[in-house]
Amino acid sequence: MRAGLLGIEALTRPEIQTILDRAQDFQPKPEQGFRKLDLLRGRMVVNLFFEASTRTRTSFEIAAKCLGADSVSITAQASSVSKGESLVDTLNTLAAMRPDAIIMRHAASGAPHFLQRHLETPIINAGDGTHEHPTQALLDARTILDRGKSLEGLRVAIIGDIAHSRVARSNAYLLSRFGADIVLCGPASLLPQELKQIAPGVTLTTRMKEAIRDADVIMMLRVQLERQHESAFPASEYFQFYGLRLEHLRLAKPDAIVMHPGPINRGREISSEVADSQRSVILNQVENGIAVRMAVLERVLSGSPVN
Amino acid sequence: MDPASGHDAVADVLIENGVIVGIGKDLAKAGAEIFDASGLVVAPGFIDMHVHLREPGFEHAETIESGSRAAAAGGFTSIAPMPNTLPVNDNATVTSYIVEKARKHAVVNVWPIGAITKGSAGEELAAIGSMVNAGVVAISDDGRPVMNARVMRRAMEFARSFGIPVIDHCEDLHLSAGGDMHEGVESVRLGLRGIPGCSEDVMVARDILLAEVTGARYHVAHISSKHSVEMVAFAKSKGLQVTAETTPHHFAIADSDMAPYDSNYKMKPPLRSHGDVGAVIDGVINGAIDAIATDHAPHPGDEKMQEFEKCPFGILGLETALGVSFEHLLHPGKIGLMRLVELFTTGPARILGIPRGTLVAGVAGDVTIFSLDREWTYDVNKSFSKSRNSPFDGKTFRGGPVATIVNGAILWHADTM
Repeated sequence: MRAGLLGIEALTRPEIQTILDRAQDFQPKPEQGFRKLDLLRGRMVVNLFFEASTRTRTSFEIAAKCLGADSVSITAQASSVSKGESLVDTLNTLAAMRPDAIIMRHAASGAPHFLQRHLETPIINAGDGTHEHPTQALLDARTILDRGKSLEGLRVAIIGDIAHSRVARSNAYLLSRFGADIVLCGPASLLPQELKQIAPGVTLTTRMKEAIRDADVIMMLRVQLERQHESAFPASEYFQFYGLRLEHLRLAKPDAIVMHPGPINRGREISSEVADSQRSVILNQVENGIAVRMAVLERVLSGSPVN
Repeated sequence: MDPASGHDAVADVLIENGVIVGIGKDLAKAGAEIFDASGLVVAPGFIDMHVHLREPGFEHAETIESGSRAAAAGGFTSIAPMPNTLPVNDNATVTSYIVEKARKHAVVNVWPIGAITKGSAGEELAAIGSMVNAGVVAISDDGRPVMNARVMRRAMEFARSFGIPVIDHCEDLHLSAGGDMHEGVESVRLGLRGIPGCSEDVMVARDILLAEVTGARYHVAHISSKHSVEMVAFAKSKGLQVTAETTPHHFAIADSDMAPYDSNYKMKPPLRSHGDVGAVIDGVINGAIDAIATDHAPHPGDEKMQEFEKCPFGILGLETALGVSFEHLLHPGKIGLMRLVELFTTGPARILGIPRGTLVAGVAGDVTIFSLDREWTYDVNKSFSKSRNSPFDGKTFRGGPVATIVNGAILWHADTM
């Protein structure tokens, strides 16, 4: 069975490096679009999104098209899931149509891991609940590297709703593999103490200024109201204590960059001035999403027999 | 071997008309059926004081008959089913239905546990007295703990009037809400919502205080956390009538041992940390814990074949209890054989107040015969249960049940079934 990509945690540093290096080959030249290649001609991928997503799904679709693969996108609302079919049955049905891979987003942590145990078709995890979002961490790493920064010894502050963030987990695993210092920051109710044990180099703080001081990278997270099952903090106080404003940037390294996995909530976790500033690499992240996903699709699909 | 009397010798056990009539040398009697237990251990029939038989209401998962057969195959001669059936066993009619069904179809003794509150809704006390008359031996709102402390206090007072224990599934439902596994580094790593140890502890603490106020006999079901074990030990040291059971999985598996997102490791209370597992074993050793119970909780395959957060809580336990207990308690030398047998016999018998769990003349002829060294492999697809949800499938054990005798009849024999 060919391997999919379920998470960063199971990847070794050389495996990650290979994907990041290959993604560089797929990046467009300045002022040009993505090149259309035919490396995966004749292959088919299914995008199966059980959770709303614009950028990740579009990014995977474009990545597949740029490699010459065919892709079909299915959203949960339009599928038989809304008719009460179980997840296993849905996946088995799709697998019987013989796609070369299934790209899947699901609101339940571990849903792709559970399915992969029962399915031959490789699964690429496009975000599972509050667990992992491996391609996001890869595109973030590619974006940091593009700014001429080495990951080794880098100080990365990840700020926001850490507890519910698959982006934070995948980034922590990846950055830790390369020897970065990762500071996770948020209100204590969204920052479980056990997080400091998930990877070497991870520290925690509830104070935003402490997190940002001397940071090379400031990664802001969206406040995930849809995943909070209770009021973990007074919503009215969030921006005051955990929203990124221009004044914070003075505490970071002079060439520090600001990242955000999107979609951004202006005025909630990040001010417009910061989001639109020269420090912001948010749109570079989006662009790198395609290059990184091309590298991932190639890795998962190449070498498999063409149907 | 009989923990109640401390008797441990090579001897014959003579059972006549379903009742033990003698234990000693050379009791062979003309015409008697002879079971040669050479090289095996003969013990009082094992009692599982915490099972779910799913009947009435969920017969697709288990029935009184299928559950009782799984019990016999696990070496159990008595089982106590929890009342979370449909309808809930909260009145004498349901109790009588279970007793009658068991009389007709069960191969082992069934001692029903009644609900504490009507519908186990936690508000109004169930018809406890008439259920006792119909045959319940304890009350519990297992799975749906009584959150209102005042209701729990009244339940304890009422139960004391009838001399039965109150068994609590200790879980503060507000603290545990939405949780799928033990709250700790593993839940954080897997991105699953946690059930904190304190959700168990605050209820154990509350109940012990209420047991002191009411003088009731109070029993902690499936104890799993370090602090809870410590509090039970404290309550005992104060002379309160507080007891506790734990399950094989809670002393055998920690949260970090579970296969990620495999619902055969999902149950309540959840598999806790290595520290908690160690504390549970300490409780078994030092006597804070009085009984081993399985919390046998069958769920059909399609319910367990889902996203982890959607899967119901609970695993099978009857057929693997002895093997798991040998592996984690006896073989490593944590406890001796007499203590292990006590946890399956006199321990639960005393808590439930049932005339079982001892091997002396005059009591019912319930006998469990087991081996300490026979190797066997658990194949869940051959289980007598109607369900297949076990984390121990495919596991090889050293030692396990060989024959189960209920009221003098050999109901299960490893070599012939």
